[in-house]
Amino acid sequence: MVMISGASSPLYAKRRRRNVITMGLSFGATAFGLSWLVLILGVLLWEGFSGLSLAVFTEMTPPPGSAGGLLNPIMGSLVMTIIAVALGTPLGMLAGTYMAEYGRYDKLTSVVRFINDILLSAPSIVVGLFVYEIMVAQMGHFSGWAGAVSLAVIVVPVVVRTTEDMLTLVPDTLREAAASIGLPRSLMITKIAYRAARAGMITGVLLAVARISGETAPLLFTALNNQFWSTNLNAPVASLPVVIFQFALSPYKDWQNLAWTGALIITLSVLALSIIARLLTAQRKTS
Amino acid sequence: MVDVAFQGNAISVDEQVDRAKALGRLRLGDVLFRNLTRLAAITVLVILGGIIFSLVYGSWPALHAFGPSFLIDETWNPVTERFGAIAPIYGTIVTSIIAMLIAVPVGLFIALFLTELCPMWLRRPIGIAIELLAGIPSIIYGIWGLFVFAPFLQQYVQPFLISMFGHVPVLSTLFEGPPYGIGILTAGLILAIMVLPFITSISRDVFEAVPPVLKEAAYGLGCTTWEVARFVVLPFTRVGVIGGVMLGLGRALGETMAVTFVIGNAHRISGSILAPGTTISATIANEFTEAVGDLYTSSLIALGLILFVITFIVLAFARLMLMRLNARVGV
Repeated sequence: MVMISGASSPLYAKRRRRNVITMGLSFGATAFGLSWLVLILGVLLWEGFSGLSLAVFTEMTPPPGSAGGLLNPIMGSLVMTIIAVALGTPLGMLAGTYMAEYGRYDKLTSVVRFINDILLSAPSIVVGLFVYEIMVAQMGHFSGWAGAVSLAVIVVPVVVRTTEDMLTLVPDTLREAAASIGLPRSLMITKIAYRAARAGMITGVLLAVARISGETAPLLFTALNNQFWSTNLNAPVASLPVVIFQFALSPYKDWQNLAWTGALIITLSVLALSIIARLLTAQRKTS
Repeated sequence: MVDVAFQGNAISVDEQVDRAKALGRLRLGDVLFRNLTRLAAITVLVILGGIIFSLVYGSWPALHAFGPSFLIDETWNPVTERFGAIAPIYGTIVTSIIAMLIAVPVGLFIALFLTELCPMWLRRPIGIAIELLAGIPSIIYGIWGLFVFAPFLQQYVQPFLISMFGHVPVLSTLFEGPPYGIGILTAGLILAIMVLPFITSISRDVFEAVPPVLKEAAYGLGCTTWEVARFVVLPFTRVGVIGGVMLGLGRALGETMAVTFVIGNAHRISGSILAPGTTISATIANEFTEAVGDLYTSSLIALGLILFVITFIVLAFARLMLMRLNARVGV
């Protein structure tokens, strides 16, 4: 064995060879991982933009074989997302507040944290079944409300987690300063701690929105789908992910193209949300 | 606080009463807010309890009708109303195994690259790119898998696998049958791409938690980068890595949309991983709205209960592992 430099024993050569191979593998693995991102986004942009037009935002979903848009699922998704955030955010923030402020060393807090972490990555289709059981089966029909509630169940753990994390980061000296001027604890939390942790808490909400805007499984049997314009939340409501699911699996070319365009809209909004969230936290760190 | 408010004789009696009232209001608000937050925290537990209760309640008719044999029966016949869960359970486990076999080594190597090899200025962009991959909704993976990945596998990869392993004794059953494109293998590969970012980002985080002084000591002894990773970083972070892997496994087991598109929805157990199959979540997603009859619906909810129990155990184990690592790093 000829060595170019350094020690020349076979053991060194073997160790060096092994190092080169494994480092090459880790380089290759990174290239492999990133190439999927490029491949998926590339195809998505290509297919999605070729179908993008004004009609997508102004017309209803078409019957098979004719042109149309995605107005009703876009509206349905927006409305259900807003309701889900309106329901889930206060609950999540209050729970996170208890865990970080009142009961930081409580038994209850560690139990809730553990359960919340599990809910955070629990299969979303199970959430759909849960809401089906408590709402759809009881009311006897699918509804936009049920869809919104199932999304809210997914929002809660995300917001709980970020609220707790961000409030824990608030320095105790701020709390002590507030207490020393006689501020009651509730005001200390709402006026001081919330303000200090605001950027992080907003980030949590944005991440929750990003998470639910692509959720399909819990909507399949709660909000169902609706081919027509509907503002009645007591009836089935169309949503972008469910329409993509239905259209992509259909044999009709028009529908498949619309599915790609819908997928592009969802991905772009999710990416935009996560970039804004990232910028918010980056600002916090530098300031 | 009250005492302070009453001190000083310059304050009139009216003012004293006003202050006492104001303080009373504040105290009441304090108690209300505290209990409100406590109630919200308990609601999180109630949600979990509600999920478990509603799944058990909903699946009761099926569990009652089929008993324990529900778990091992392969029949899935809506016409005769005989249902068994073993085919979806098998599909769920096999697709997850395929996903983990690929995603774990690749994810660990990427984390190694990010913590040891990558130049500083490149770490953040690559880290962000990996996290973007994690943020893409699963339905996007599904539609991409159906229209791009499955045809590619069908045309190029699967014929190659069939001809390559067709005559090797054990492997020939694994790669048997025509190249459908969609099937267990395709679903497993898509899942691998999906869980890769989770495993990568958690492994990177735990690798970064290794005290630099440990690594520097090993480098000082003349260890190569690989030896540092293998004999210092990995043993130190083992529980964390296991936690991250289990978290990824939890995702893979419960993933619905990406799998539903490419699995083929066939209720049978086949020795070949090229054959179509089904998973628990894909079965529920495909059939729930079309299920007629209480027993059919109830069987699907029973599948959901099985899935929830499996993922709960896996995720709980993952969290315990990560908590153990945190306790250790904290010391």
